[in-house]
Amino acid sequence: MGMGVRVRVWGDYALFSRPEMKVERCSYDVMTPSAARGILEAIYWHPGMRWIIDKIYVKKPIQFTSVRRNEVKSKILASNVLQVYNGADKSLCISSKSDIVQRASLLLCDVEYVIEAHFEMTENANASDNAGKFKDIIMRRLRRGECFHMPYFGCREFPAHFCLCEEEQIQTAYEDVDEKDLGFMLYDIDYSDKENIQPMFFRAVMKNGVLDLRDCEVVR
Amino acid sequence: MSEAIKNRYEFVILFDVENGNPNGDPDAGNMPRIDPESGLGLVTDVCLKRKIRNYVEMVKEDEAGYKIYIKEDVPLNRSDREACESLGIRETEDKKVTDALKKLKKDDPDVDVKLRDYMCRNFYDIRTFGAVMTTFVKASLNCGQVRGPVQIGFARSIDPIVSQEVTITRVAITTEKDAENKSTEMGRKSIVPYGLYRAEGFISANLARKVTGFSEEDLQLLWDAIINMFENDHSAARGKMAVRELIVFKHSKELGDCPAYKLFDAVEVRRNEGVEYPRKYQDYTVQIHNDQIPDSVEIKRMI
Repeated sequence: MGMGVRVRVWGDYALFSRPEMKVERCSYDVMTPSAARGILEAIYWHPGMRWIIDKIYVKKPIQFTSVRRNEVKSKILASNVLQVYNGADKSLCISSKSDIVQRASLLLCDVEYVIEAHFEMTENANASDNAGKFKDIIMRRLRRGECFHMPYFGCREFPAHFCLCEEEQIQTAYEDVDEKDLGFMLYDIDYSDKENIQPMFFRAVMKNGVLDLRDCEVVR
Repeated sequence: MSEAIKNRYEFVILFDVENGNPNGDPDAGNMPRIDPESGLGLVTDVCLKRKIRNYVEMVKEDEAGYKIYIKEDVPLNRSDREACESLGIRETEDKKVTDALKKLKKDDPDVDVKLRDYMCRNFYDIRTFGAVMTTFVKASLNCGQVRGPVQIGFARSIDPIVSQEVTITRVAITTEKDAENKSTEMGRKSIVPYGLYRAEGFISANLARKVTGFSEEDLQLLWDAIINMFENDHSAARGKMAVRELIVFKHSKELGDCPAYKLFDAVEVRRNEGVEYPRKYQDYTVQIHNDQIPDSVEIKRMI
């Protein structure tokens, strides 16, 4: 697996929203593969490559905390919008009581993971691109702490610090837990058909603190 | 408009509160936010962003290019519509704006990008923090999602905070009926006697250059806004709040020279020896360990 890379990521908080609990956001127990992909893409990405997550090591015990914030309602009534568009002098302002809601988020706190991933070349690569070149760029960025933008754990207010993981043997927080079934988790979102963007799920089973995503069954 | 910034930045803000409530927790009856395990106080990112927006709004007074998108009394969709009008999309007589939009979309596949750029040019907070301009309504305008270059995490206090309930009375009674029975009413205020908070932030030059065009001038305004964010935010609840330290790390490159955590670790805030109950800023010492920072990173103490 020459195109493979291991990245250690850690931070104070994380929020990997469960799609079924979106209004009052609630985090999954561990990082989703799509969040891991987002972190890697924040460090390096190119149209000529695609990140594939192989394993996620859970290095700290799973702990939750909650925070309630004043937030802006995400959806505005279609009828109201249409009226405003058509010139009605209606107010849909953001600070009025009706447009601000208090929402709780259930966050993970004190998280640390190791993401094991590799990349594949896509047909969008330029003629001068090759896997070795990408790999070099990635390794350089990881060693120097360079990034396109600061990676984050699910939401931008939860920054993810990162560095190259150089340990051979990765210790997890659940060494002595053979199997922990985390239920169905979001695998990623399939954007290949722009008209019909679909979420993909998988049955997450953490074995000794490791989520193995190689040849897992993906359900749509 | 001047050019987008060319360097990555990280910054540490130290601010303190004296006998006030920096950020109330709606879950706990507006008591100051506390991390229940460590007892450390919290101030959310959105709280700080609100103050930065308020400062910019106050200083710039809606000057061209420095409008604030998320503020009082302006409907979001009206702002979207403004973007439309600047591109020559007007509500025609047939009243079907949606049709006009559809037509325009067909004619010009880049309309979303154009609208996005228009919004970024005009609104300081979108250029800085980004915004979701999708209204997810059928056939309504979709300006797209913008990630701004400036990212701020939660602020946390250096030491555990104690929140104190202060009971107060008032002599003016709201309802006539209550006034018959009593002459005073009791109210409550929660205060933190003293707390020094630390917030950490990141600025990505790439997002500035490729998406929003956040410029050097904008950056200067951001620093001003951070330094003065509490100066014009006095209220009965806040007590005395002040930004004590704004430490800026300027990388020599767009991608940065070293990991952010190394820079943050180099800023040490320590309670002075012999101080058991910190009650003032002078009870703390701030030290920057220059030896842990690569030479190519420029350190600026803005206050």
